Amino acid sequence: MITAFLVQAGAEPIAAGAHAAPAVDFWGLLFVFVLASFIGLGVIRRVSRLLHTPLMSITNAISAIAVVGSIIVAGGDYPLPIRIFGAVALFASMTNIVSGFLITDRMLKMFKTDTRRPEGGPS
Amino acid sequence: MMHAITQLAYIIATALFIFALHWMNTPATARKGVYAGVAGMTIAVLVTWIQPTVIHHLWIILPILAGFAVGIPLAMVPLTAVPQRTALSHAFGGLAAGLVGTAKYYLWYAEGPENLTAFRMVAIITEIILGYLTFTGSLMAAGKLQEVKWVPQRPVTYPGQNLINLALLLIAVGLGVALTLHPTAPWAPQLFPVVIVIALVFGVLLIIPIGGADMPTVIAILNAYAGLAAVAMGFVLDNKLLITAGALDGSSGLILAIIMCKAMNRSFTNVLFGAFGQVQQIKAGGEEKVYKPETPEGAAQVLEQASLVVIVPGYGMAVAQAQHKVRELYDQLKKRGITVKFAIHPVAGRMPGHMNVLLAEADIPYTDLVEMDEVNPDMPQCDVCLVVGANDVVNPAARYEKTSPIYGMPIIDADRARTIFAIKRSKNPGFAGIDNELYFSEKTWMLFGDAKGVIGELVKQLAGESGH
Repeated sequence: MITAFLVQAGAEPIAAGAHAAPAVDFWGLLFVFVLASFIGLGVIRRVSRLLHTPLMSITNAISAIAVVGSIIVAGGDYPLPIRIFGAVALFASMTNIVSGFLITDRMLKMFKTDTRRPEGGPS
Repeated sequence: MMHAITQLAYIIATALFIFALHWMNTPATARKGVYAGVAGMTIAVLVTWIQPTVIHHLWIILPILAGFAVGIPLAMVPLTAVPQRTALSHAFGGLAAGLVGTAKYYLWYAEGPENLTAFRMVAIITEIILGYLTFTGSLMAAGKLQEVKWVPQRPVTYPGQNLINLALLLIAVGLGVALTLHPTAPWAPQLFPVVIVIALVFGVLLIIPIGGADMPTVIAILNAYAGLAAVAMGFVLDNKLLITAGALDGSSGLILAIIMCKAMNRSFTNVLFGAFGQVQQIKAGGEEKVYKPETPEGAAQVLEQASLVVIVPGYGMAVAQAQHKVRELYDQLKKRGITVKFAIHPVAGRMPGHMNVLLAEADIPYTDLVEMDEVNPDMPQCDVCLVVGANDVVNPAARYEKTSPIYGMPIIDADRARTIFAIKRSKNPGFAGIDNELYFSEKTWMLFGDAKGVIGELVKQLAGESGH
């Protein structure tokens, strides 16, 4: 029934001009994806093994870039059910961004070279 | 003009994300990486927000506020709970991708069939399958890690499990192909939710046969899926920033998963379809093996005489929250001029790097945290190896016992140390359910008890003696 709801809602009149056939540069996007993957592999390979947990939480936050898509869907002039989907997606992405960056920083603060070295002990 | 500003902002955000990950290569610059990431994300959000098509601002402000309200407490969890928090955030990432993909399909369906090109349909189907399976799969993983009551901790297996999973996936892909060929057929909007449901079910079924010891790999794989779902969203929305950021996340998950698999000498397929922890039979009969127990007093005396002590932490240390006591022990030993190193196995704990974070929390300098490959050549010179809640990663059976499920897994050579003390909660075998040969070696002495309590005793002994 949610399907019927979505279809019906979507069938409301929409802004003119939206009917233009999409011209998406598929090869350009694929190109970007392949190159970005190689950069990713190169950069991540050199991340310190000490930091694999913070690495995972920071990439969590970065992949919450889905926030961009969520904003477009939630804030656009679309039927209500579509915007609800967008708003929930935006909430989920924002949660990841906030908690991901905060906890990464919290963990990284703990990595120190040589703190409270016991007095008198040899280094 | 707007287009140029947007694209420029997206390029800057991409560059900042790459720098963020680049700076993670050493702890000295890592925090700079967080700032770069935050800057990149802020730019991306603001530039998307000011797009002329975005008009319902309250619809953006409220979810963002809700995101802060949930995100801040989620960032404050104890560090032992970081694996489940990570799994939970993969779930959120998958959910976001799935929802946006769903919304876009119905939107384009209503706007006109010319919008649903084959390319977009393939992208949407990929996005929702990956997104929704990551959502439920990660929720299951988080539930297992958090030890939620109704989520089975032990691997759940049944006959024909892999066949059923594979069949489900094939059905989902088959329906996806049908939708791609006929995106505007009258039955298409009804078929679309079926694909969603199958993906949701598949995510659950994929994770239930997986045991705790495999969690580091599984979390890394789910991380890659969440990233790839974002990439698919980028293809759907024709947005290069989504593609690059998603690809960075995807490759990170992939590399971590490969490292974890190598550290266990297993393949992806074996982790996902092997149901570790169930395979091995309990070897009945044979000679009765005996442990040699030792008291903290005795162990403390041996520790005092050592010049090189290697501590091998494992999940047991996290469970007992013993990392701060370990720090006290470290201080006591350092005070005597003893060299103390921590040997970190890549799969120790429940996620990649888990032990490093816990020890860093306890203020142990990261320069004393040593990787397995680095510490192993020094093990014959090691006077005392103290195993704190680690099990399979120090089991010498991995070297020669061909029938063992951990055969071939690289291990920390704890058995090559002159003396081994192993702290163990009970006499039961470890998570993989395997007897540990190390515990029966003539050089090994067992300290039974809770890791926190036992180390506390050791510290008390050492502190008491130094007082005289």
